[in-house]
Amino acid sequence: MDQQKDASTFGMWLFLVTEIMFFGGLFCAYLVYRSTYYQAFVEGSQTMNIWLGATNTAVLICSSLSMALGVRCAQIGKTKMMVVLLLITIVFGFAFLGIKGVEYHEHWVNHQFPGPTFQFEGAEAAGVNPQNIQIYFSLYWAMTGLHALHMVIGIGLVTWIVIAGWRGAYSPDYYSPVENVGLYWHFVDLVWIYLFPLLYLISKKHGG
Amino acid sequence: MVFTGVTVFASFIELGDWNIVLALTIATIKATLVVLFFMHLYYSSKLTKVTMIAAIFFLFLLLALSMTDYLTRGWLTNPGH
Amino acid sequence: MATAVQTTVETENYLNNGYGLKSWLLTRDHKRIAILYLISITAMFFVGGFFAMLIRLELLTPAGDLVSSDTYNKLFTMHGISMIFFFLIPSVPAVLGNFLIPLMVGAKDLAFPRINLLSWYLYIIGATFALVSMVMGGVDTGWTFYTPFSTTYSNTHVIGTALGIFIAGFSSIFTGLNFIVTIHRMRAPGMTWTRLPLFCWSNYAASIIMVLGTPVVAITILLVALERLFHIGVFNPALGGDPLLFQHLFWFYSHPAVYIMILPGMGVISEIVTCFSRKRVFGYEFVALASIAIAVLGFLVWAHHMFVAGISVYAALVFSLLSYLVAIPSAVKIFNWTATLYKGSIRYDTPMLYAFGFMGLFTIGGLTGVFLASIGVDVHVTDTYFVVAHFHYVMVGGMVLAYMGGLHFWWPKMTGRMYPEGWAKLSALLVFVGFNLTFFPQFILGYMGMPRRYHAYPPEFQVLNVLSTAGASVLAVGYVLPMIYFVWSLRYGKLAGPNPWNAVGLEWMTPSPPPTQNFDETPVVTWEAYDYEHQPDEEVPVGH
Repeated sequence: MDQQKDASTFGMWLFLVTEIMFFGGLFCAYLVYRSTYYQAFVEGSQTMNIWLGATNTAVLICSSLSMALGVRCAQIGKTKMMVVLLLITIVFGFAFLGIKGVEYHEHWVNHQFPGPTFQFEGAEAAGVNPQNIQIYFSLYWAMTGLHALHMVIGIGLVTWIVIAGWRGAYSPDYYSPVENVGLYWHFVDLVWIYLFPLLYLISKKHGG
Repeated sequence: MVFTGVTVFASFIELGDWNIVLALTIATIKATLVVLFFMHLYYSSKLTKVTMIAAIFFLFLLLALSMTDYLTRGWLTNPGH
Repeated sequence: MATAVQTTVETENYLNNGYGLKSWLLTRDHKRIAILYLISITAMFFVGGFFAMLIRLELLTPAGDLVSSDTYNKLFTMHGISMIFFFLIPSVPAVLGNFLIPLMVGAKDLAFPRINLLSWYLYIIGATFALVSMVMGGVDTGWTFYTPFSTTYSNTHVIGTALGIFIAGFSSIFTGLNFIVTIHRMRAPGMTWTRLPLFCWSNYAASIIMVLGTPVVAITILLVALERLFHIGVFNPALGGDPLLFQHLFWFYSHPAVYIMILPGMGVISEIVTCFSRKRVFGYEFVALASIAIAVLGFLVWAHHMFVAGISVYAALVFSLLSYLVAIPSAVKIFNWTATLYKGSIRYDTPMLYAFGFMGLFTIGGLTGVFLASIGVDVHVTDTYFVVAHFHYVMVGGMVLAYMGGLHFWWPKMTGRMYPEGWAKLSALLVFVGFNLTFFPQFILGYMGMPRRYHAYPPEFQVLNVLSTAGASVLAVGYVLPMIYFVWSLRYGKLAGPNPWNAVGLEWMTPSPPPTQNFDETPVVTWEAYDYEHQPDEEVPVGH
């Protein structure tokens, strides 16, 4: 059994390796375009709500905490506590998505979705090509959208663990699904830890 | 756990500072803590640690080698330009 | 042969353990999944071959008279996509790797049998998307999907095909993941890393590439689809994007992908050469480490596909130098196999013929790759038939020959039947002759300046093109014959015992075909790899 637990966790780590490279392609695109169109990126990021972004960062870190504590509970057999902690994790997850949804709505009504509807006032005033700002937004929507998709999947996985845990499927001898879902959840948190400074904290041109 | 809360606030403070290096350093510290302790990498086998390092290394290769192109494009211009 | 080997295949084995479609389509047995893959990729091989046939027919005459140029673009695109993504990349890993790796390490199955089945489902779904797109009119961007043509200007079924490739990519990732965990965690007692068959080392190296590289092309294809749908501008210069960024991201995977294709083939060659020269491989550690070196170095060279695309000259210099480096471990392997032959007791059975073919043709292909790594040469021959000939020498002369050799070598293990040796030798000969006749003229054509991906060409190139098409016809016969005699052998082939080649390896210590659980008891390994010195000359009965 030990070998199997070992194997399944190693398998999850390998899967996370693929996820790192998957998001990595987007980070590469980001790096290239930010170095080429720095001013446009500055302009684009002014429209990001730093407070909402920071709150979301805190939300995710707290959810990682509750997740990690939940895995610990599984490890020592405190199933009821584990279920509670995982439910808290799910609540945090929904909170994150909710705040993100508010932000997306804001951007959408301000015509900041790339494509034919894209508009950005003040581009010429700042001496920046609006199309380059559109690239910033393309990366914003793609990277946060892909992240949000992974959040949704993560919430689904945690829900599955909650249901199975409530039915008593886990014990100190067998809790690797809990641990592996935990690994996935922490990874999604990790991606956001990098997305936040890269997308939101580019520069504060207009002051406080 | 409290420490991670503190680092979140630290990233608030840098609002007045537009140094990307600082922001990414804080992010990396946070990320390292999450990976080592929340994800138990500190307690994991050497194989798992090597696997993670390999992933980061190859991501680094993707970013660094691509940038050799973008950063040096302006260096050599055709004669007459 | 009065030995106590089985005289019938009616004893319980993985093939007769449960009948009916459901028992196959819902199986978790790695051996059955391997057979499912065998059937699927063979079908895709003939799809790709069909497009190749049309290409070669068009190129019989200088004028573009068989098909329009738009249709021709679709032909070479779909030939490339079927062959690369749906045949070559899965071929040895998904068929031979899936079947053999658990047997070779002494395990009952792979680490994650259900993920293995999922892997096959994903392959089928991906292939279906690609095939449907082909039937509905195809795609004409080249298998390389260069932007902005693929994202903005092409009006063919880019998204459908891209989606198919995206899904098949996950099939590949899961296979690689499964192999890595199996080889790390499920080796039998006594099976240390230095006793592993080199086939396992090669598949392990290829799996590392699958896991690290495939996700990058996945996200790249996703971005192409997003750009096509929403015109976001990441790759479109008219909207501020950089088409070269696409190429960087695309080739970051697609160059290592060629090593995903060739490394498992090299693993097959290691097994065949040792068995048919009755010798331990020369320099086992070097061959094993060379596999890993190829995997790692293969990630450092991708921009050699972009020398004339507009990257900076300094970046080109860096990538050129790195590309020379990656030839070294490949050469090490060829040297070591050749040294293995020296003073060996060589038998010329069909698998060995394919191995010989591999060693010669891969060397030619590999050397021409080194020519291409030189920027000066590349500027002259890039986008000509020289490049086409280079990659067909390594892919077909190398990889496909290795795959065929492996199929013949392990056919008795997989099916319990021998193929007809006479016909097999004839097919091997036809493949070798046909292949060289098809592709050697293309080196000359390319050097003389014939561009690739053009359906018309100047009349002075016609003779070489006709030779090439003639060769392709011979090659086609060489491929169709094995199809026929392999199927024939299932019913009428001579029954094979557990170890018809008298080879060394755990897979030869099970009955042919193996039972579902592979080993009745977990084997304990006490001998070194390729221990041919201590292998008796005659086939010895193996306990059930």
